[in-house]
Amino acid sequence: MTAVHLGMPGLPTAPRGVGHLRGTESFPDAARHELRNGQLRANLGHATATIRGKRAGVVAEVPDWEQLRAAGKAIKAATMARLDEHLVELERQVTARGGTVHWARDANEANAIVTALVQATGTTEVVKVKSMATQEIGLNEALEAVGLDVFETDLAELIVQLGEDKPSHILVPAIHKNRAEIKEIFARTIPGVDPELTDDPRQLAMAARTHLRERFLRARVAVSGANFAVAETGTLSVVESEGNGRMCLTLPDTLITVMGIEKVVPTWTDLEVFLQLLPRSSTGERMNPYTSTWAGVTPGDGPQEFHLVLLDNGRTAVLADEVGREALHCIRCSACLNVCPVYERTGGHAYGSVYPGPIGAILSPQLTGVEDNASLPYASSLCGACYEVCPVAIDIPSILVHLRAEHVEAQEHPTAEALAFRGLAKAMSHPRLWHLAQRGARLGRLIARGKPTLPNVFPPPISGWTRSRDLPTPPTRTFVQQWTEEHGQ
Amino acid sequence: MSAREEVLARIRTALGETRAPVPEVVRDYRQAGNAPADAALLALLVDRVEDYRADVLRCGPEEVGATVRAALTRGLGEGWAAADVVVAPGLDAAWRPDGCDVDDDRPAVQLADRAAAVTAVAVAIAETGTLVLDGSPACGRRALSLLPDCLVCVVTVDQVVAGVPEGLARLDPVRPLTMISGPSATSDIELQRVEGVHGPRQLFVVLAG
Repeated sequence: MTAVHLGMPGLPTAPRGVGHLRGTESFPDAARHELRNGQLRANLGHATATIRGKRAGVVAEVPDWEQLRAAGKAIKAATMARLDEHLVELERQVTARGGTVHWARDANEANAIVTALVQATGTTEVVKVKSMATQEIGLNEALEAVGLDVFETDLAELIVQLGEDKPSHILVPAIHKNRAEIKEIFARTIPGVDPELTDDPRQLAMAARTHLRERFLRARVAVSGANFAVAETGTLSVVESEGNGRMCLTLPDTLITVMGIEKVVPTWTDLEVFLQLLPRSSTGERMNPYTSTWAGVTPGDGPQEFHLVLLDNGRTAVLADEVGREALHCIRCSACLNVCPVYERTGGHAYGSVYPGPIGAILSPQLTGVEDNASLPYASSLCGACYEVCPVAIDIPSILVHLRAEHVEAQEHPTAEALAFRGLAKAMSHPRLWHLAQRGARLGRLIARGKPTLPNVFPPPISGWTRSRDLPTPPTRTFVQQWTEEHGQ
Repeated sequence: MSAREEVLARIRTALGETRAPVPEVVRDYRQAGNAPADAALLALLVDRVEDYRADVLRCGPEEVGATVRAALTRGLGEGWAAADVVVAPGLDAAWRPDGCDVDDDRPAVQLADRAAAVTAVAVAIAETGTLVLDGSPACGRRALSLLPDCLVCVVTVDQVVAGVPEGLARLDPVRPLTMISGPSATSDIELQRVEGVHGPRQLFVVLAG
């Protein structure tokens, strides 16, 4: 069954039953488990604070940062306004340079296309560059289901894959694991690993190098995502650090790139903006160690067969929402995660989707239809830190409020909160009712037993409010009573 | 309807029948200039490259060959053999160590047997400490600057530009490009940077002129 995006012209959202855009429980329920994990909170607190500091330092040294940010936002808005034209041009250019372009309506179709392409090569092993799009569609599971061996080659993705875990951050998916936990995973899962392996990050990285080296050298098929695709030249781009991306993009005979349709940019010149915005926002470096670009196939250099899979999977439904479509501008830097007070405490798993944090809270519900991720637009205090650091100035708080409104309007029955506010409105517009209510509230002092806040003893639906918030003990005298005593009627 | 037609039709539905005008893109950020590299710009490049913990060796235009050999000695240790080194096929003959291996059309994975590679670059971007290789004969194919564990890149001063816009303006987007900013690195474990994962663990930049 395909959910239909509310209030939109019926464009299909990402299908259920495939991929990783929906959690098994709501955000508040998932967050409650995660918050009990002290190790997780310590790891996250350390990691996000480190990366926030690095980002702030390298952003401050760019005198025209705000101009770049405005240009980035405008380029993305201009691209979305003519998305069909840019995709058709991209297809024309990639095809002209020896590549093959495939279109996928959704995750199932993309998985089927990639599976068939891999099977056609006759190989049983696939090496992968870290890619959000392929995580979103659950490509690894689809390939493994037909008996193919899939190797994640990014260090953090490898840690997640070997630990049979889930990624919790867009950029550093194993941010929730510390060195001791990673050492344990490597010692347990890497065949022939040095028994003397310690938890020194250098030693762990070298263990991964040794483990993957041979696989790179024998790989015949690689699957990647793309950070950018230039329509006018057919140039694809992958931005990375470790060199695993270069291995995958260079050594195999066949390269299959899966890319969300929103990743296209119109011109080569546009990359001059994004290649300045992305690394500083993302890893807090002036430039990431490696950026690769390629257009189709180059004789004598790199894969001689290139396939580009253009993925919708709910993106056109997002595009149809004039307010929410800005979520498609995201360049996956993850700066918004690192500054978010909610993400810093709950971690990425609580969001249930491969897109966690503030951007995930606006992107996932739109890709799936807000009814399938209804709690995510509320997973924010609306503090606005995400908007401030976003390199393409996505107004995340406004979109969160927009999605909350959409969710509320879609309710067939009034919620307990709506009923409570309706009652409050009535009481506040009738003085006698209001005084009666205030007197009633004073009974709360009996439960408080002299404490400044009430204990959490309320039944649902009130508990929905009080389990994560303190309810102050009502005062002995109301404001009106005090005023009357001091100033007379 | 094919998937292509359907996705395009969805986009047209999403954008509506009467499309809003395309928003204007104001490019008032620092743009490509053509000022020749001065001493300050070269110093900036050196500072930024060294900040990635790569080594920079400066030399005069006539000393490139000797400086490349010095870089190889730093990377491979005294007593390295020319046969350990593979160079890009179009690399200036004066820059090549005598007797070194020249890349040809062998299978790319065989380059992993060599300890070091020497290439030229197409552009160097000072502000970000970035070298760009463009797959030309002097830069070599992509696997050449990837598989040997030690990479020596020769940059001439006329190739140095200030920022990213100037750099990209000099490049051909249709060629396979590799932008290199320091040695391969990861920060995936507790965000502690470790240099050298899958790409070359050592990067030497010979800045000539």
